[in-house]
Amino acid sequence: MTATKEEIISKLRHDMTRWEGFRPPQPGTDNDLGLGPVAAAFPYGVFPTGAIHEFISNCPEDTAASGGFIAGLVQKLLGNGGACLWISYTRRIYPPALKLFGVDPDRVIFVDVPLQKDVLWVTEEALKCDGVATVICETKDLSFTESQRLQLAVEKSHVTGFVLRKDVKKVNTTACVTRWQIRPVRSQLRTGMPGVGHPRWQVELLKVRNGRPGNWTVEWKKLDFQTIIIPQLTEEARRYA
Amino acid sequence: MPKRFASIWFRHLLTDWKAIRQTGLKGKAYVFAEPDHGRMLITALTDEASKYGVTEGMTVADARVIAPDLQVFDGKPGRNLKLLTGLAEWCLRYTPLVQVDPPDGLLLDVTGCTHLKGGEKAYLQEIVSRLKAIGYDVRPAIADTIGTAWGVARCATSGLIIPEGEHRNALMPLPPSALRLPMNQLLKLRNLGLHQINSFIYMPNAVLRRRFGKDMVLRLQQALGQEVEYLFPLKEPVPYSVRLDCMEPVRTRTAIEIGLNDLLERLCKRLYGEGLGVRSAILTWYRVDGKNGNISIGTNHPSNRTQHLFKLFFIKLETIAPGLGIELFVLDALKTEPVNDKQSEIWSARGGADSEEVAELLDRVAGRIGTAHINRYLPGEHYWPERTPEPNTNFKKKPESDWRTDKPRPMQILDNPERIEAMALTPDYPPKLFIWKGEQHIIVGADGPERIEREWWLEPGEHRDYYIAEDEAGRRYWLFRSGHYNAENNQHWYLHGFFA
Repeated sequence: MTATKEEIISKLRHDMTRWEGFRPPQPGTDNDLGLGPVAAAFPYGVFPTGAIHEFISNCPEDTAASGGFIAGLVQKLLGNGGACLWISYTRRIYPPALKLFGVDPDRVIFVDVPLQKDVLWVTEEALKCDGVATVICETKDLSFTESQRLQLAVEKSHVTGFVLRKDVKKVNTTACVTRWQIRPVRSQLRTGMPGVGHPRWQVELLKVRNGRPGNWTVEWKKLDFQTIIIPQLTEEARRYA
Repeated sequence: MPKRFASIWFRHLLTDWKAIRQTGLKGKAYVFAEPDHGRMLITALTDEASKYGVTEGMTVADARVIAPDLQVFDGKPGRNLKLLTGLAEWCLRYTPLVQVDPPDGLLLDVTGCTHLKGGEKAYLQEIVSRLKAIGYDVRPAIADTIGTAWGVARCATSGLIIPEGEHRNALMPLPPSALRLPMNQLLKLRNLGLHQINSFIYMPNAVLRRRFGKDMVLRLQQALGQEVEYLFPLKEPVPYSVRLDCMEPVRTRTAIEIGLNDLLERLCKRLYGEGLGVRSAILTWYRVDGKNGNISIGTNHPSNRTQHLFKLFFIKLETIAPGLGIELFVLDALKTEPVNDKQSEIWSARGGADSEEVAELLDRVAGRIGTAHINRYLPGEHYWPERTPEPNTNFKKKPESDWRTDKPRPMQILDNPERIEAMALTPDYPPKLFIWKGEQHIIVGADGPERIEREWWLEPGEHRDYYIAEDEAGRRYWLFRSGHYNAENNQHWYLHGFFA
C-alpha cells in the first residue's frame, strides 16, 4: 500500500513539473553539456535546454567569467547545428577568445544594438526563430514581464537563451528557469609553478526551477568543464574579496 | 502596337505656379524678370500682361512705361525645370514613361495606357481637368510621334488628338515653329515666305539640308516618323514592378496592410515563376493631395516569400502618413537575385548561420536597427589584438585561416585600453600591483610578457608587452606596458581586458 502511495506521489510530482512548463528531455537527444556533478542540480539531472537562463554579474571580471561559462555551454549546444546570436548594447566580448571555449567565433552573429530598449526586442525575435540554436543577450535590466515574454518565446521554438545581466544593482524576480552567478577564483597550477592556470570559477546556482540550487568550483580544461571538489581555502578568500 | 505619345504644354508654367502659391494674383498682370547684363529682362508673363503689349525679353523699365500697374517678381533660373520634374513625377500615375521637356512641357509615352481611363479623349480630359484644378493652364496633344505631338500641342488650335497615321496631314497647316527649330532658322523661313509646313514639306531633303542645315531635316523627319526619336524617362522602368490603383483613397492601416499584401503576393508569384528573389524593394505611395513617399527594405538573402517580405515592410509601416488618403501604391523590386535551390538543404535539421530562417531573422533585425550593427568576425591575419577579429557581413563566407588558440586571449576587451598605475619590481617582470579605478589589485600570479609589435605598415606607435595577471581574489586581467621600460617615467601601463 505504501509503495503505491509513493508511486502516486512521484507520479504527481512528475505531473506537476510538467504542468509548470518543464518538459522532460526528448529521448535520443544528447543534452549532456559536460557539466558533470553540476548537472545533478537540474530536474532529471539534465541541463534544461529550450529555456531561459539568467546570469548575474556585478563587475566586468564577473561578466568575463560568465561569458566563459556560457561559451562552454554554447559549445555543446552548437553541436547539433543552428546559429548563435550574441546580442548586446555595449559589447566588450572579444570574439577570438570564444575559440578557447570551443566555439568557432565565425559561427556567432554579433548584434550590437545601438539603443538599449531594442535589445530585448531583438532577443525576443531571435528566440522565436527556429534556425537559431542559442541566443546570448547582454542587458542590464530584465523585468518580470520581459522575462516571461522571453520564456514564452522559447517554449514554442526550443531555443536556449542566456541572459547575461551586467552591473545588476538589485536582483528582481524573473521567470527564468535558472539564475547563476559566476565569479573568477584563484587558478591553481601544480605546486611551485609560477604563472596563471586554467580558468576557474565559483559557480553558484542561485535558483533553479524544480531543482536544487548549489555551489561548485569549476575549471575549464581541455575544452571541458572539470568540477573541483573542496578547495575551501579559495572559497574563504573569495568571500573576503 | 504603334507608339502613341502625348505632349503637355504648360502655357504659363511659372506665372500659374505663382498664382497657386499667392492667392489674389489670378487675373492680374504680372511678370517674372531676371537680371541680364545689368538690366531686368522679362522671362515669363501672364495673358493680362501681354494685353498691354508686354512681351518676353522686354526690359522691365520699358514694360513699366506701357503697363503702369504691372507687378514684377524675381525669377530664378532653373525653377521651371524643378517644377516640371515635380509635375513629371505626378504624371507617373498615368504612364510609367515620362520625360521632362524643358522649358515648359512634358512628354508622355502613352502607348497602351489610354484605355485604362476610357480612351484617349477621356485620358487627356482627366489630365487637363486635374491640372486645371491644381491651377495650371495646359494644352496636351496625342500623336504617333513626339515631334507631331509637340507641334500640335503648341501650334494647333483644335484637333488635339491626331488619329493613327494622320500625323503628316496634321502637320501640314502648322507654322514652322511647330518643328522645334531654333529662332534663327524660323526667321529665315519667315523671310522666305514659308509660313506653313506644307509649303516646304515636299522640298527634297538635299535642298532643305543645304539651305537650313541638317538639324532642320532631322526635326522634320522625326515629326513625320521617318527618323526614330527616343524618350528618356524620368525614372528608369523597373523590370519587377506592381501597381495598385485604389478605387477609393485608402486611409486606414488595415487597408494599407491589405494593399501591401496584395502587391507582395503578385510580385512574389511572378518572381517565384522566374526563380528569383527580392534583395531590395521599395514601396511608394501617392497621396490624393499630390504628395508621395516611400519605404524601402533590403534582405540578406534573395527571398520570394510573401510573409517574410510583409514582415519586413510591417516594421516600417508606421512611417506611412496617409493624410487625406492614398490613391496609388507602387511596389518595385529594385534588386533581384536567383534563389538558391532549397532541395539540397532538406536533410540538415538545423542550418548554420546562413540558413533561410536565420537570414529572415537578420532581415527583420536589420529593418529595425540597421544593417551596420549586425556583425560577424572572421580570423584576420593580424597580430595586433584590435585587428585580429575581422568584421565581415557576408554570412556565407568561410574563414580562410584558423582561429589561433596558442595564446590566451581575454573574454572581455576594452575598446580603448585604460591607463593604470602599476608597479613592477624589475623592468621586464610583470607588475606586483596595479591600481585601476581607485582599487588596488595585488598580483599573485602572472604570465608573460607577450610582445606584440605594432603593424608599422598600417600605423606608427609603440609596441606592447602583454601580461596575464591574476590578483588575490582570482580575477584575471590582461595588462600591457606600452613601449620599453623607462626608468624616469614608468606611467605606461594599461588594462586591456578581462579573462574568463
